[in-house]
Amino acid sequence: MVSVLNMLLVVVLLLNLFVLGASRIRALIQAAALQGVLLGLMLVLVHEHLTVRVIIIGVATILIKGSVIPQILFKALREAQIKREIEPIIGFLPSILLGALGTAASIGLAARLPLGAGHAQLLIVPAAFSTIFTGFLLLTLRIKAITQVIGYLVLENGIFIFGLLLIEAVPFLVELGVLLDLFVGVFVISIIIHHINYQFASLDTRRLSTLKE
Amino acid sequence: MTILTILIHLLLLLSMPPLLLGVISKTKARFAGRTGQPVLQLYYDLARLLRKGMVFSTATTWVFRAGPLVTLASILIAGLLVPLGRFNSPIHFTGDLVLFAYLLGLARFFTTSAALDTGSSFEGMGAAREVMFACFSEPAIFLAFLVLARLSTAVTVSLSPMLLGPLTVPLGGLPIASLGLVSAGLFVVLLAENCRIPIDDPNTHLELTMIHEVMVLDHSGPLLGAILYGAAVKLFILSAVVLHIVLPFQTGWFVADWALFVFEMLGVAVAIGIVESVMARLQLRHVPTLLVAASLLCGFGFLLMLR
Repeated sequence: MVSVLNMLLVVVLLLNLFVLGASRIRALIQAAALQGVLLGLMLVLVHEHLTVRVIIIGVATILIKGSVIPQILFKALREAQIKREIEPIIGFLPSILLGALGTAASIGLAARLPLGAGHAQLLIVPAAFSTIFTGFLLLTLRIKAITQVIGYLVLENGIFIFGLLLIEAVPFLVELGVLLDLFVGVFVISIIIHHINYQFASLDTRRLSTLKE
Repeated sequence: MTILTILIHLLLLLSMPPLLLGVISKTKARFAGRTGQPVLQLYYDLARLLRKGMVFSTATTWVFRAGPLVTLASILIAGLLVPLGRFNSPIHFTGDLVLFAYLLGLARFFTTSAALDTGSSFEGMGAAREVMFACFSEPAIFLAFLVLARLSTAVTVSLSPMLLGPLTVPLGGLPIASLGLVSAGLFVVLLAENCRIPIDDPNTHLELTMIHEVMVLDHSGPLLGAILYGAAVKLFILSAVVLHIVLPFQTGWFVADWALFVFEMLGVAVAIGIVESVMARLQLRHVPTLLVAASLLCGFGFLLMLR
């Protein structure tokens, strides 16, 4: 079970690198969605005994992160009529290298943390740190509003991975609440994207800082 | 038994490589709905080229003539260092992995020197590309070797015990995550080193976009045959290296293990054919990204082993 879980986490790490290197926004959305599906699977795998609660949360995660949110983003993409992130603040290859450095650092950091006995061989903590770091990189290094939304999603995926460790302790409602928040967040942002695009004919967030009354 | 092993090793190393290229092109043809050329086409081509005469430009020197021969020789020696299947290689000693990597480097040096010797601007461009991509794929090979050295229990750092290392570990104890990363990285290197799609297209007819093919435009006759044969042997060797990591299995019987090895090699050829059929060639400026990613994969594999 540990090796299956680690394999899935390695795929999550690879998706992080892919997200940093891809310029097509469709591919970005698909990668973030695939991460979401993997998270749902891991949620079910991490438990020794399956309960109805775990299955409900797992299925809800897969549905929301893997299907509903990507659909909303694809719709926003169609309306905005953009296909790629053309001029990131830092190029794609340097971003990949930064992401790799971040992953190496998170593996080092996780080795120093006083983790529980069962958690030390799992890759959960390094994968969580690395995914959070990737989300931050996307949020700061990309210009288009929609890519930043994907960065936010990846960041949330990282926090979710960290939550896998605590799953026994967190009540059911809190988890569903987080999923709902995420859903509403993406929903609102996609409406905002629509409006930005409608008003300014561009999704460049740098222009938002020069807004005047 | 050891002499028999060495004989089979030599036999496979010398005779099987063109078959792999035949299988690749047959797979591609099937994907495209064509009948395709015969599986043994490269053997016929080699026989035809060996009977032909050679044409040398007056601008070339001995480097141009030595290039293909040195390349072929160093690739064949590298082939003697790699264990095939579960059997030890004919030559193995401490540190032979460095010799292996730089025999491939020597081969590349002479291919590119011969290309530069012609003074053609296209060939110079191809040589520059070949060397640049090699810079990116070499770290991946060494990082992969680091992972294998860490995994192997042998005292000496040598290719045979390292590559046979995954066999000695019971299946449950294998670090699947890092081996998976390393095999993905090495597969990309395999495609890059052998000029396959998505890095290079062996069937392209436009000099501007060629990498490997453009360097050998001026060679003809037996020397061209040596180049084609050398490329096939290189594919064979690197596939054998990748196989050790992807499928570390053995049956325990002498004959069955050799059969398994041949079968697996054909499987790798089919896999390369499938990759070539379903992917388009990358833009040249995106190739370094892919190769750096391959190095990173191997690097992650190593990091995970260290944990």
